[in-house]
This record gives sequence, C-alpha cells and structure tokens, in this order.
Amino acid sequence: MKTSKSVIAALLSTSLFLAGLAGAAEQPATTAETDKTVVAKSKRETSTADHSKYEELQKQFKQGQEVTEACIDCHTEAAKQIHKTKHWTWEYTNPKTGQKLGKKNVINNFCTATKTNMTFCAACHIGYGFEDDSFDFASEKNVDCLACHDTTGTYKKYPGLSGHPAYEPYEWPAKSGKFKPAVDLQKVAQNVGKTSRRTCGACHFFGGGGNAVKHGDLDKSLENPSRYLDIHMDKDGLDFTCSTCHSDGKHDVAGSRYHTQASDNKGPLLRGQKDDRNPATCQACHGDTPHEEDERLNTHARKLACQTCHIPEYARSPQLTKMSWDWSTAGKMGEDGKPMKIKASSGMIAYDTKKGDFTYDRYVIPEYKWFNGEVLYTLFGDKVNPDEVVKINDFRGEPNDPGARIWPFKIFRGKQPIDAEKRSLAVFHTAGDDDTAFWQNFDWDKALTTGMKAMGTEYSGKLSFVSTEMSWPITHMVAPKEDALSCAQCHNKNGRMQGIDGIYMPGTDNTPLLDKLFYIIALLALVGVVIHGAIRLINDRKEAE
Amino acid sequence: MSERIYIFKRFERFWHWSQAVLIITMLVTGFEVHGSYSLFGFEDAVSYHTIAAWMLVSLWVFAIFWHFTTGEWKQYIPTLEKVNAMVKYYATGIFTHAPHPFKQTTLRKHNPLQRLAYLFVLLVINPLIWFSGWLYLFYDVWPDYGLADLPLEWVAVAHVIGAFMMLIFFIVHVYLATAGHTWTSHIKAMITGWEEVE
Ligand code: HEM
Repeated sequence: MKTSKSVIAALLSTSLFLAGLAGAAEQPATTAETDKTVVAKSKRETSTADHSKYEELQKQFKQGQEVTEACIDCHTEAAKQIHKTKHWTWEYTNPKTGQKLGKKNVINNFCTATKTNMTFCAACHIGYGFEDDSFDFASEKNVDCLACHDTTGTYKKYPGLSGHPAYEPYEWPAKSGKFKPAVDLQKVAQNVGKTSRRTCGACHFFGGGGNAVKHGDLDKSLENPSRYLDIHMDKDGLDFTCSTCHSDGKHDVAGSRYHTQASDNKGPLLRGQKDDRNPATCQACHGDTPHEEDERLNTHARKLACQTCHIPEYARSPQLTKMSWDWSTAGKMGEDGKPMKIKASSGMIAYDTKKGDFTYDRYVIPEYKWFNGEVLYTLFGDKVNPDEVVKINDFRGEPNDPGARIWPFKIFRGKQPIDAEKRSLAVFHTAGDDDTAFWQNFDWDKALTTGMKAMGTEYSGKLSFVSTEMSWPITHMVAPKEDALSCAQCHNKNGRMQGIDGIYMPGTDNTPLLDKLFYIIALLALVGVVIHGAIRLINDRKEAE
Repeated sequence: MSERIYIFKRFERFWHWSQAVLIITMLVTGFEVHGSYSLFGFEDAVSYHTIAAWMLVSLWVFAIFWHFTTGEWKQYIPTLEKVNAMVKYYATGIFTHAPHPFKQTTLRKHNPLQRLAYLFVLLVINPLIWFSGWLYLFYDVWPDYGLADLPLEWVAVAHVIGAFMMLIFFIVHVYLATAGHTWTSHIKAMITGWEEVE
C-alpha cells in the first residue's frame, strides 16, 4: 500500500517537474538550489551584531577568562544565568525524588565517576579551572562562553587541561607524539554566534569517551545529518539545531535525562504562550493528536511515547555505539608486559588494559518499558545487592500509572567495582599523573583508596564487581515518517512489545488457551462431518451396486 | 419420485451468498488479525476486516428489514416438535435414505434442527460478534463514551469466542448443505431458489 502510494507520488512529481521544465525557460533562475543557499545565508545573517568590529575584542587574549570578561561587559546577565544551570553546577536535585544528581554526584557504568578525575572530565564543563572542589562556582569570569558560542570550529577543550582550551600546542592523546594546535582566542572571540549542533555535540556526541559511545541516538554524524538520520536536523531540510527544541531562552536547557518527562497530553505550544511547560517534548510542537489521516495512531499515543514508533532503531548513522563495558577484566597486560588494545573485526577497540572489555552495535532495536516520569538512581552509599543486577538509574512505571507511556531505551550493561563490605558502588581514581591513578599502575586497591577517600569515606579493601544496567531513553535521530514502525513490527507473535504488561495486542497470538480449546472443538466438528459424509458415501455406493 | 418447490426468494439467495463471502472474508482476515497465521499482513488484514465488517453490518440491516417486512422472521420461531426425529434421522436414517421426517414447504423452509441452529446464530453468535466487533471498531472513541477503563482484552476475547463459534457453525453448515434429498439439492436450491423434495 505504502509503496504504491509513493510510486504514484513519484510519478506525479516527475510529471509536474517535466511540465515545469517546459515553462522554466522564461522564468528568472530561482531554482530550489539557489533558494536553499539563500535560506542558509540568511540564517547566518540574522544577527545584528558583528563581533569582529568590537573594540573590546581587538586584542590578544592570553586566557579564556579574559574573553569572558569582555563578553560579560556587554552581556551583563549571561554568566549569572549560566550559574543557575546544571551545565555549570554539574548538580541537579530531582524535585520528585529529592535525589542529588548531576555529573558531580552520579556514578555511571561508563567511566563511572568524575570526582578525582576533574582535570580530565572538565573538558566538558562550561567553565575554566574546575579541577576539584575548590573551584569557585560564584566566579563569573570562570564561565566559558566560547565552548558553546564558537562558530569557527577551532575552539577545542582537551582532557587534562581542567576545562581550558590549549593555549600552547598540546600533546593529545597523551604520549602520542601528536600535537594539537594552540587556540587563537581573538579569532574565536570575534566570530561568536549562536550555539550549533557542532558546539553542543562537542560534548554530547562524545559522551563516554568517544563518538557515539554513550547515547546511541547522538553522534557526530548529527553535525550534518541527512533526512533519513534525523528528520528535524536534516541539513537540507528543517536544519534544526539542538536549541531549536532545548532552549528555555535563559541559557538553561529544556528537557532532562535526570528527570525525564514521560508524557505530554497538551496541544502545541503557541508563540508567546505563558506556560512553564517543557518545550522539548514532541507534543510541544506537534500537539498530542498529530496523526491527521488515522485516528488509530493518535489512540496508540495513549500508551506509547512518540519515540517508540518514530525512532525504530538507534545508532543508525551508522556509527557503532557501545553496548557494554566490563571493568572487571581491566588491567591485563599484553605479551610484552605492556598495556594493550585489542581490536574487534569492526575495527573498534574490544579490549583495553585501561578499561576492560567492550561490545558495540548499530541499527539497534531499543528495549521497551513503561515509564511514568520517575527516575531513581543508585547513588554513592546506596546499598546494592552484589548478586543482583544493579540499576544505575531506574526509569520506573507501571501500565496504569497516570501519564505512563511505553518508551524505547538503550540499556547499557556493565560490570564495575563495588566496595564489597560497604556494599556501595565504588568511586575509583582513573585519570591523572599520580601513582594511584588506575591508568598509571593498574592497581585497583590504590585507585579505590584514592577514589573512596575523595568521597569522604574509606575503602574497606574488599573489591568485588557487580553487574549494572543504565537506561538511556531514546529520543533523538527521529526517522522520517515513512520509516516509522509499521503495525506488524509490534502486532506479531514475535513483535516488539513482547513482555510488556498491561496491553492487549491483536496479532500476537495472545489467547493461547482459548484458541486451543476451540481448535479442538472445531477439529471434532470437522472430523465428525467427514466421518458422517464418508458413511453416507459408502452406503450410497453399496445401494448403487 | 421427486417434485420441485420454490423455497428461496431472490433477496434471500442474494443475502445468503453475499453473507457467505463476507463471513469467509471475516474469518480469514479476523484470525489473521488475531495472530493465528500470516496471509495479507496485519495492517491489510485489519483494513479488509474493517471493510468487510461495514459491508456485513449493512447487509444485516437490509436483511433484518426484509425479514420483518415480509414476515419471513417467523421461519426462525423455534419448535421442539420432531426435533428428536431429526436427530434420529441424521444419526441413522440418512444413511439408508429413510424418509425425511420433515416436509419442507415454502412456508416452512427450515427443519426443526435448522431452526434451532439458526436461532442460536441469530441470538447468540451474531450479537456476540456484532456487539464486540462494534465496540472494537470504535476503540478510538471509548473515552468519549465513558469506556476509558474497559479492558480491550474483554472485548477482544468476546469477539474471538464469537468468531470461533462462527467457524464451527460454518463447518457444520457447509456439510449439512449436502444433506438434502440429494447431495446437491440444498445447494441448487440456494442458487436457483427451487428445491427438489420427495
Ligand atoms: C463472521 C464474522 C466475524 C468474524 C469471524 C470475526 C473474527 C475476528 C477475529 C478472530 C478477530 C481478531 C480479534 C483479536 O485477536 O483481538 C477480529 C478482529 C476484529 N473484528 Fe471481527 N469478526 C467478524 C465480524 C466482525 C464485525 C461484524 C465487526 C464490526 C462490526 C468486526 C470488527 C472487528 C474489529 C474492529 C477487529 C479488530 C481489528 C483491529 O485490530 O483493529 N468483526 N475479528
């Protein structure tokens, strides 16, 4: 049905195009191509300020903070706004659960914890100098404006510099002999502009230590995505930036994985509407009944998140995303007695002495579960059962919870250290030049002693590894509508909603007992009439003789 | 010796055969929707089932109207008279071409067993399928009618039970169509209107 429709559409548009060609000769040259460049240009030209003309920016900046001082001279409120965001504080209190989250507090099952590794982790902090707890969060000049507002693509923050860019050529990766160039702060400052997919992506596409590693629905290919990969960010189409959806207008970012909104049963947000709704939900633009041709699809949205049908697979770029990380095997040396890396046939690192074993996948079918908006983390100090899979974060929900929807998730599975006596997820020291960093000596005891001490407690000396799961709601890389799930992908014996409670789904062979009972009765009836008929037939034959 | 009598009027024959086609369609597509097998694909099976449902509903509306305006509904008034004889006939007499205990006439088309069977279809199977199918069809607007909390599963199970009963009726019915005066006399009657009787 669908294909025949699109064939007809294609034929129609071809004939329209041919008809158009006939008349095109007399028309001025406004082809689709030139229209597109005009749009692209005008986007850049919407700004009424050319920062390269500002006197304040005609100087050699030695440090990032000097640029910030120049910025906040005019943009007086900007740093104050930033101070309120979790991009700055790395701290977030979930209003529902009261849990203290944010990068400062959460332990995940990738690199686990930031605490003792801040010189490295701060490469993705929007500030300068977040090295340890002594960082001055009240300082305005410590805010890094350029990380988000650079348009040149030359402003880069490398691990090991505590959130500063490289002011001198910088060897990265460490001991690789490769040097990254020093940043030209003047050039960057004179070319500031709006945030872009590239600036947000510089951190968010590379979470977990590399391109595509963490989310599965965010990777570098979204800098210039095709329509197939992301209908909203399509570079030749809508060309959304991240902030098209995620902006609150005051330097904060709408939408949250710490406190994710499970459903939104309102119509589209109108311009100027005074409402404290989250503008980043699908419904904030599309409303809650967006399917005009088929009411049945709107009905599905009573149970399903939009993402469930419209993001049929993640990691479709097709960059591989990491699916598991086993820390328990870290520390094995190669035959030469040195740390090693083993590549999988895909070319990806399958084992790294520093980190353990990895697996990857792409075009991944998400795992589905009910989610009602409540997210509960297992935090440092929370008791864990070493014999059970620990849920790093639990996206909770039951079928009948108000506002619960079935959501797609990437479930990232791992094994990581716990303090077996304290029965708490462990914090260990990974990166750094000192003797206790795991990546220097591969000594768990030393790394754990330093890490746990930094958390204000003492390592018991008893290490064990626990299996963990972390849930990542899938919400980006929204496919064009022709690629959304088709009915039979769920309405099928082996369909995607297997194991989901609280829904009755036709097409899934879901009344097996009833079916068996009636199959037997129907079979008896059939056998009965066949025998009856056979006897009649035989008697007829006899009579005829 | 046999004679011919006119049993089924034009509308009845039309009703019967179009209903037959539709019910076969409903069975085939319905059990695919149920997940028993895969034939057209779920999505198309749902479309065909829905279209056939609307056609069947319209047909039934006409048929009910016809039965009441012509008084033919009386054909379905149940009687227990000769039921035993009928059972006995199907169990033994039919094999030896014993005389049929029931004399078919234009005013009494159906034998007593048939009457009971059709009444069961009319009063149990059809209402079950209709009512549940109708609800199923309007699942999208349940909340508007205060049915938000009605479990779809109940409706579906009722519908499936109705469907299975229809399937069993269908099997027996098709066979009994061969149990007339001759193997084909009933079937011919439903095509031409004329039945060969003793
Ligand atoms: C001989 C008649 C019919 C038979 C044998 C039949 C059989 C079936 C079966 C087996 C199913 C699958 C149910 C499930 O697994 O959930 C089904 C679904 C359905 N039937 Fe029927 N049916 C019949 C007539 C009707 C009628 C008259 C209507 C409407 C007035 C109807 C409406 C529906 C609807 C709406 C569905 C659900 C399709 C969906 O998933 O959207 N059916 N039918």
